[in-house]
Amino acid sequence: MKPQRKKRLTLILFLVAGVGIAVGLLMYSLSQNINLFITPTQMADGEAPVGRTIRAGGLVVVGSVERDSESLGAKFKVTDGNAEVTIVYDGILPDLFREGQGIVAMGQLNTDGVFVASEVLAKHDENYMPPEVQDALEKAHVDGKQSLEAARY
Amino acid sequence: MKRLALFVPLVIFIGMGILFWIGLGKEDKSVLPSPLIGKAFPQFILNTVESGESTNHLPQEPVLVNVWATWCPTCKAEHQFLNKLAAEGISIVGINYKDDTFKAKQWLKAYGNPYLFNISDPDGQLGLELGVYGAPETFLVDSQGIIRAKHVGDLNADVWQKMAADFEAMK
Amino acid sequence: MTEWYGMVPEFGQLALIFALLVAVLQVVVPLVGVQTRREWLMAYARPLATAQAMFLLISLFILAYCFVVDDFSVAYVASNSNTQLPVPYKISAVWGAHEGSLLLWVTLLGCWGMAVSVFSKSLPLDMVARVLAIMGLVCVGFILFTLHTSNPFTRNLPSIPPEGADLNPLLQDFGLIVHPPTLYMGYVGLSVAFSFALAALMGGRLDAAWARWSRPWTTAAWIFLTIGIALGSWWAYYELGWGGWWFWDPVENASLMPWLVATALLHSLAVTEKRGLFKSWTVLLAIFAFSLSLLGTFLVRSGVLTSVHAFASDPDRGVFILALLGICIGGSLLMYALKAPTVSSVGRYEWVSRESFLLLNNLLLLVAAFAILLGTLYPLIIDFAGLGKISVGASWFNTMFVPISVVLAVVIGPGSMARWKADEIKRLGSSTVAAMIAAVVIGIATPLLVNGEMNWKVLLGMGVSVWLIAATLVDVWKKARGKLNRIPQLGLSYQGMVLAHIGVAVTIIGVTMVANYSQEKAARMAPGDVVMLDNYRFEFVDAGHIEGPNFISDAARFRVYDGDKEIALLTPEKRRYNASGQIMTEAAIDVTLLRDVYVSMGEALDNGAWGMRLQVKPFMRWVWLGAIFMAIGGLLAMADKRYRARVTRSRSAQEAAA
Repeated sequence: MKPQRKKRLTLILFLVAGVGIAVGLLMYSLSQNINLFITPTQMADGEAPVGRTIRAGGLVVVGSVERDSESLGAKFKVTDGNAEVTIVYDGILPDLFREGQGIVAMGQLNTDGVFVASEVLAKHDENYMPPEVQDALEKAHVDGKQSLEAARY
Repeated sequence: MKRLALFVPLVIFIGMGILFWIGLGKEDKSVLPSPLIGKAFPQFILNTVESGESTNHLPQEPVLVNVWATWCPTCKAEHQFLNKLAAEGISIVGINYKDDTFKAKQWLKAYGNPYLFNISDPDGQLGLELGVYGAPETFLVDSQGIIRAKHVGDLNADVWQKMAADFEAMK
Repeated sequence: MTEWYGMVPEFGQLALIFALLVAVLQVVVPLVGVQTRREWLMAYARPLATAQAMFLLISLFILAYCFVVDDFSVAYVASNSNTQLPVPYKISAVWGAHEGSLLLWVTLLGCWGMAVSVFSKSLPLDMVARVLAIMGLVCVGFILFTLHTSNPFTRNLPSIPPEGADLNPLLQDFGLIVHPPTLYMGYVGLSVAFSFALAALMGGRLDAAWARWSRPWTTAAWIFLTIGIALGSWWAYYELGWGGWWFWDPVENASLMPWLVATALLHSLAVTEKRGLFKSWTVLLAIFAFSLSLLGTFLVRSGVLTSVHAFASDPDRGVFILALLGICIGGSLLMYALKAPTVSSVGRYEWVSRESFLLLNNLLLLVAAFAILLGTLYPLIIDFAGLGKISVGASWFNTMFVPISVVLAVVIGPGSMARWKADEIKRLGSSTVAAMIAAVVIGIATPLLVNGEMNWKVLLGMGVSVWLIAATLVDVWKKARGKLNRIPQLGLSYQGMVLAHIGVAVTIIGVTMVANYSQEKAARMAPGDVVMLDNYRFEFVDAGHIEGPNFISDAARFRVYDGDKEIALLTPEKRRYNASGQIMTEAAIDVTLLRDVYVSMGEALDNGAWGMRLQVKPFMRWVWLGAIFMAIGGLLAMADKRYRARVTRSRSAQEAAA
């Protein structure tokens, strides 16, 4: 019985250590791999890290979409009702991308304050507003910055 | 020792449950007031759906401002209730949000028109200023043009029961 | 409304209420029978389970009927269907939204209960009574939930809309007719393994017999899950329009987690059946598997994983479902904590033995499931804590999941070769030398043959796949003692295992090739334009319109050439659905076993030009082909005759099987 018990104990220790290491590694890599959502207001206030992959989003400002006539390139602005940020994207925009629609873009902010998107998402439901965008809009209002003129076109 | 170990999954689960519970309790959207409450209704110059003429004000009386669109299934669901409210003498102004005026007219013809008039907001400008994040939404606006309450989602008898008091108070 | 046929939806609701009452009886009567040792009371479990399934089926059929006849007085029909909708989609619209999919869920639960009552002739009556009572209890909870918060038969009275709002166009597709019911069959099927485990705990009979009864049911549920996940991935691939086949989004994760745990459970049940070990662990896995499928179906459908707002907007539903999940999972874990000590595992095994390999398999699968759970819940936890909005990117899931899969693939081969109790590394090593050489050679050769460049990811992916296949085949060869005609005698269970393991390798090959050698180009193209991609020449011939039953589409015609040879005429579409105005991308795909050629339309640009997405994806089909192999493997294993035998110990003839 003794060796059996010893073996079991080793096994349990081995398991606990293994699980511990696994969880630690998981948490560490998780903290390295999350994509923060940054609102246009935060970007305007300089709170967004430059050169790190983040997500940005808001409503596409009406009349702001410019397309390149040669390629697929597109440039547009998004707003949270308080500040605007310019996004450039070279690729096919999603079906529901249109002016006034809420979108989320994944990409990096460059030193000129332009957001270079590698991916643009808009959900397949016109009633749907990406939850982060919804939050950003609410926050922009809560902040009391009702200077909606700034968000105008 | 071994017996206690058997409780570990249960304890972890209970811990997670408590976490969820706290999280959900914190995020109670139904009491989250719109930041616009107590503020003036935003200024606008837009055309009406019915006549196409330009308008820039709400009527000087307590009104329900209902944001709707023909592409919105929930709006269809709440429409009959709006008709009923209108029949009870409650003034409702519509904001036809990001929609096609022609379709909107057809809709009103087909399902009845409970609105005093409809403001056409094809680009969603007014909606943006109102912080609309999806039709339908309904605002209570008093005779001074101050927003008193907001409801997100369809308006039905249950919701109205809660809002009616606010509405009465505005008179 | 006074005519009887105007009352049809009420009949549906009535049937649901009857099902609830029968389910209550199904819990109470057999358990009383077990407590008082009255066989005639226990015997009620079977007919009650059948009756309950019948009532639920009636209810589901009535809802389907309401859809087919466009009964828009039913609110659920009005918001999810439309007179223009083709009939097959009207039927699939039954599970197109929350209420109906919940009804489908409980109905399937009832059907599994009925299946247990039919195919349990060889089980002791008290076991059957307990199992069906537990399934009945789960049913009671979820029928109550349906009736109380999500009744699909609620009427839109007094005013009936003349037209419905239409089914979400994303769901108007063959893949989505079959995907949800299949996946649900899998989720719900795990309730059988769960009930068996709890029944065994209650009765204090965690023995090999219990594992043997539970195994085919677990396998059945696992097969449905496997196919369901593959269908979901296939659907996303051709319907979402950008050629991705796995996105690590919460919905997919929710189906993968129970699959991983169910896979672990299958293997752990093998140990329990053959060696009487890991009993308490197996029970815990059965509880985990079903808990994760509950979590999957409900937390995901309620939207809480994507946005906390979804819950708060309907707190009634949220509180109910949380309470239900709490009782179900918490209750079973409590029972585990209280009852598990009464069963102890006897038997020894050495470090190198099949038991150890299977334990390793279980650990790896559980760590993978845990990593996915963490990645899925992490944004939610951060949100709760008020630390901001984040998302966990696909790259994280890949860095977690890929190494685990690689290790798993490495141990499958020797694991299925190893002997029970004790084996020797030397023996395993010497029988796998050939497999190892094959793995290294093909692993190195593949990237060099494809484009002359070394790629260690491809080396690794191809290497472990070849290793897995070769080691498995070596084992078959040895067990058949070098004679092909002996292979059919190896037993269905063993053959099923072999096929399923080869399926794993096939999927890994597919994933490796697609992930590393896919080529994609998004281009602005006008009719007449030609784009080269890989060896393929894509010619945009012309654009036109197609009118469907409930949509109008812009369509493009493409001729695709391989060198000078025309290989396909592809017609991608951009559909606009009449009722909702939603826009859908229909990709056009030319398929062979070795590659997919994929064209989808982006946006219309000026001057008749379109944004076009062109892709060449090598070995794409292998990803799903592997899943088909796994499912067929599962079927073979289920068909093994020892599961149909009366309660007898397994014979040594099948000792080889896992």
